[in-house]
Amino acid sequence: MKTEAKGDPAMVSTTNSDVQWTLRLYVAGQTPKSLTAFDNLKSLCEDRLKGHYSIEVIDLLKNPRLAKDDQILAIPTLVRRLPLPVRRIIGDLSNIERVLVGLDLREKH
Amino acid sequence: MKPNSLNKKKKLLRGTPRPPVLRKVPTGIQGLDELTGGGLPKGRSTLLCGGAGSGKTLLAMEFLVRGVKEFNEPGVFIAFEEQTEELAQNFASLGHDLTTLVAQKKLAIDFVYIDRSEIQETGEYNLEGLFIRLEHAIDLIGASRVVLDSIEQLFSGLTNTGILRAELRRLFLWLKAKGVTSIITAEQGEGSLTRNGLEEYVADCVILLDHRVTAQMFTRRVRVVKYRGSSHGTNEFPFLIDESGISILPITSMGLTYQAGTERVSSGIPRLDAMLTGRGYYRGGSVLVSGSAGTGKTSLAAHFAQATAAGGERCLWLAYEESPSQIIRNMRSIGLDLAPAVQSGMLRLQAVPPTIFGLEMHLLAMHKLVKEFNPRSVIMDSISNFTTIGSEVEIKAMLMRLIDLFKMRQITSLFTSLTTGDTFVEANDTRLSSLMDTWLLLREIESGAERNRVLHLLKSRGMAHSNQIREFRLTNHGVELRDVYLGPSGFLLTGSALLVQQAHEQAQAVVREQEAGGKKRELEHKRVAMEAQIATLRAEFEIEQIKALRAVAQDEERATVLTDDRVQMAKQRQADAVKARKTMTNKSGGA
Repeated sequence: MKTEAKGDPAMVSTTNSDVQWTLRLYVAGQTPKSLTAFDNLKSLCEDRLKGHYSIEVIDLLKNPRLAKDDQILAIPTLVRRLPLPVRRIIGDLSNIERVLVGLDLREKH
Repeated sequence: MKPNSLNKKKKLLRGTPRPPVLRKVPTGIQGLDELTGGGLPKGRSTLLCGGAGSGKTLLAMEFLVRGVKEFNEPGVFIAFEEQTEELAQNFASLGHDLTTLVAQKKLAIDFVYIDRSEIQETGEYNLEGLFIRLEHAIDLIGASRVVLDSIEQLFSGLTNTGILRAELRRLFLWLKAKGVTSIITAEQGEGSLTRNGLEEYVADCVILLDHRVTAQMFTRRVRVVKYRGSSHGTNEFPFLIDESGISILPITSMGLTYQAGTERVSSGIPRLDAMLTGRGYYRGGSVLVSGSAGTGKTSLAAHFAQATAAGGERCLWLAYEESPSQIIRNMRSIGLDLAPAVQSGMLRLQAVPPTIFGLEMHLLAMHKLVKEFNPRSVIMDSISNFTTIGSEVEIKAMLMRLIDLFKMRQITSLFTSLTTGDTFVEANDTRLSSLMDTWLLLREIESGAERNRVLHLLKSRGMAHSNQIREFRLTNHGVELRDVYLGPSGFLLTGSALLVQQAHEQAQAVVREQEAGGKKRELEHKRVAMEAQIATLRAEFEIEQIKALRAVAQDEERATVLTDDRVQMAKQRQADAVKARKTMTNKSGGA
């Protein structure tokens, strides 16, 4: 695990890909589950996509309209908006293996 | 929410004198409010279960749309199966413009998209997203009615049923706390109300929709399985989905509570009216005309239709066998022109193929027609056609409801029924007879190589009707009833047999007359003969008499002559001898 970009949703280029990853994490308030999910996501991205990803955290309590617009059902939900196709992962992202499958990152390993 | 529930608890602890009566939210759906005694439980969830295509979505949406239109209560529809556009299209065909309602902020539709293949579950989660969407939609339009259709889709989209069940429990509690009246639809499971056991969570009111095919006939039914804190109809009730939405057969009308009037309506046939104590059928009465093929049932009905229309009242004719134009043509042949009544709108000839839908559908269709056209008399020609789509018991149940409807609305109804055979003609319709106030039986009597029709008035409740059989004739100026002729042997004579009998009797009369004349003449002859005989006898007698007298005279003459001769001879011989001889003769009588 690398720690350079921790807590910073900035874009950092890496050597293995130029593809820019756009991720959105939908939460409902600062619940322990949301925080766990964000932490898990952050560390995963740093590990696999260092330098070419962005994470947008959306609090649906503040912006409930987006729940409908973005078809959010479960909380927390992670949506991979880019690269296409759009992929959805629900849960606190504690099962890393499933997250990798869900984000289509596994075969690169 | 918390302070609210605390307040409630406090109130309960204080002890209210009377527990609050369960309040209900009318659905506005025809028949459903009667079935549930006023609607769905207010502020609670109702589980609406049924198989695929049983009309769950439609009923649920109608609950919302009617809520908006009739009670000004906005509603939220959470769709798990159909997209908003699809829903709008589907309901446009039922006359509901969802798009406009949405634009007016009276209705909110949220399509929840779930695709298992696109969702990867990675640990703990909850359905807060759904709650947020629901709350957002409810608050946005101030909704008091909510539909979740069908929430079971969550089970196919999400694998962690443990989480799902906990979240559903939370959702239903949340809905209750929110104070919205909701319908949760669910797919019916095998041997259970719902496939995923939703009835565990939603237990206040459960409505089951069912559809089945019997005798190739599709029938939808609805049943209130459970309604906590309320009485409800427990039977299955048929319902209809058509261009005006759902209508469930109203059950409250089945109460035998109608008022029986004494007003009469003409049957259209003067002689038949005469048989019915001179004034015809009772208004609001039910009349059954049964008879075998070609006995003139339809003609009898046509007279009634004509009489209704002529009286300035509307008549609804449901033809299950013939097209309107065929009826008009056929009735013209007996001098009844129904066309003017049809044109003036007083008579409505409605052709209904009997097999187009099931019995219940017919019943519902009838309800709608009657409501729409508001006739004073209804003719159903003929109810026998229902036997192709239902059992006798079912037909009777349907007719019972139908007659009840007619009586509630004071509609005089006439049913024709085709009976098979002639001998047991009455047995066929006996079951129906109990529903009918007046029962006319048309029969054919075969005699002298022809069939003739007779009419029996088997019964007519509430009047001292005639018990005589009448000959029923179809003439070119309509139906005519004639007295039947009882021949000398006591048998009915009709038609040409009647004519033959009459001719025969005339001939007999002539013969009798002739015979009587002959006898007179014969007697005269006899008298003449007798007199002649008497004359002959007298003549003979006279001759005899003459002969006898003559003989006597001759004898006397001869005796005289003899005596004279002897005197002469004695004179010639001796007078003594003559004297002696005379003495001898006198003494011993001989010489």
